[in-house]
Amino acid sequence: MYKLSNLLLACVFAFSVNAQENAGLRLPAGFSATLFADQIGTARHIAINDKGVLFAKLNNANKAGQSIVRMEDANGDGIAEKISGWGKYGGTGIYVKGNQLYASSDDAVYLYQLDANGEVTNPTAPKTIIQNLHSRRQHASKSITLDPQGNIYVNIGAYSNACQEKDRSVGSKGMMPCPILDSAGGVWKFDGKKENQSYAEGKRYATGLRNVIGLDWNNQTNSLFVTQHGRDQLNTFYPTMYTDAQNADLPAETMYEMKEGDDAGWPYVYYDPFQKKKILSPEYGGDGKLEGGKNALDPLVAFPAHMAPMALLFYKGNQFPAKYKEGAFITFHGSWNRAPLPQEGYFVAFVPFKNGKPAGEWEIFANGFAGADNNKTPRGAKARPCGLAEGPDGSLYVSDDSKGAIFKISFNK
Amino acid sequence: MQFKIVSLIVVALFYCVQANAQNMQKGKKIYEAKCLACHQADGGGVPNMNAPLDAASNVVGKDIARLVRIIRYGYNERIALDGFYYSNAMTASPDLKDNEIADLLTYIRNSWSNKASAVTIAQVQAAKKKK
Ligand code: HEC
Repeated sequence: MYKLSNLLLACVFAFSVNAQENAGLRLPAGFSATLFADQIGTARHIAINDKGVLFAKLNNANKAGQSIVRMEDANGDGIAEKISGWGKYGGTGIYVKGNQLYASSDDAVYLYQLDANGEVTNPTAPKTIIQNLHSRRQHASKSITLDPQGNIYVNIGAYSNACQEKDRSVGSKGMMPCPILDSAGGVWKFDGKKENQSYAEGKRYATGLRNVIGLDWNNQTNSLFVTQHGRDQLNTFYPTMYTDAQNADLPAETMYEMKEGDDAGWPYVYYDPFQKKKILSPEYGGDGKLEGGKNALDPLVAFPAHMAPMALLFYKGNQFPAKYKEGAFITFHGSWNRAPLPQEGYFVAFVPFKNGKPAGEWEIFANGFAGADNNKTPRGAKARPCGLAEGPDGSLYVSDDSKGAIFKISFNK
Repeated sequence: MQFKIVSLIVVALFYCVQANAQNMQKGKKIYEAKCLACHQADGGGVPNMNAPLDAASNVVGKDIARLVRIIRYGYNERIALDGFYYSNAMTASPDLKDNEIADLLTYIRNSWSNKASAVTIAQVQAAKKKK
């Protein structure tokens, strides 16, 4: 009897240690993960400098009253031991270019200066690069990326689900043309150095994007790639056209390459990954089959519905095996609009690329963020993957914006 | 005599509880059809996006009129709920009848970890008059 209980204890012990292995993540063979930081706040996007100092933009200021968190792992054990921060405003976007650090609120983009140690020199007096962008509750977060010339691209999400006359209301028609698109529902381009720009100084670079949170510049193609959050609630508003099960799978979450002037079709169409077509939105007279969006792009990659792609990163490093080089990592926050069907997402996906084009099916790269009990409810999930950054040594960092964990994923050779 | 009163009380209680169970059941149906998409099966909502109803101080609170208005007219304001902001626009349900709103509120006030008084049709009607 005594032996049996000992055995049981040993089992429980072994199990709990195992549960913490790789910080609780499931990874492909040869990869390992550490919990780089934990409980830092609602960590949205992350960025890293060439010395490996990591910065996270928080959605809300944390308990210490900081909204940009600086993390440094000086002894190289995979865990940040020097954690500090500054800034008071919530936001999502962050980008590091040399000694310059860009960070966004929901209506502006600020520029900070870093010193040689990656410490901020003007925490309370950043330059205002862009200001007065629309921030109207829905899809208000501003993601940013830069091209090699120093232009900055800012997502301005549509403050609407499907551009109905009355948003998210049963029976309300889609507005024609959608008036939101003149100042939101797309990506805007600005000069990364000029101060105090707004709509007048910027340019609508690409349109027809409901909400982009993940975007990255691809150096091979020298173009912008984005991931879009597809529309919600087809079943709620059109229960005779879409069942709960159909809504759970429609529309696809999509990846596009956006050149200047491109249109991805929102709100007039959504992408159906089963028919492989752009389908006219029911708010605009669609019936689930009628096609639309003749001049709109087809996606490069279609992912399952509602999983919410939060960050896109093209892998440039040499640490990971060759298959990952130049490929795309995408975080999936986890769905809510698959209900009453089980939720999906809560993982990091990978899409292999060759010569700047997807070269194979997407796959799950890192899973297990929802936690040991695999609770995939938005509230219950242990972590909701959000930001991505690639360290100077080729390690991949993933942030969680619910409890504030940072995971560091490395390949062990 | 004593016995009779006790059994009367027991019977009365039984009917109350049963009526409640029926209201709860009706409320649940409406919740699943109109609210679950956003507020989720566990009432936990979606962080930053759709407010939780479970363990929400307003939901189990005394201001029934406010809850009635939110359901009838929708809700889309920048306001902190138990310290957090939610960005989505809540759909209005102008088609729900007074008794349905009463059942629905009774349901969300007594589901998950919530425990609060049932809501009566009279309370829903009183809320309408205030508006
Ligand atoms: C489209 C998504 C959506 C749907 C559908 C929806 N809600 Fe909401 N609900 C929200 C959001 C978002 C908020 C917070 C709004 C705000 O902050 O302005 C909210 C707030 C509430 C609140 C206030 C909570 C508080 O703490 O004060 C109640 C009560 C509520 N909803 C009940 C319901 C009920 C009952 C239904 C079904 C009839 C429903 N909701 C349907 C999104 C939704």
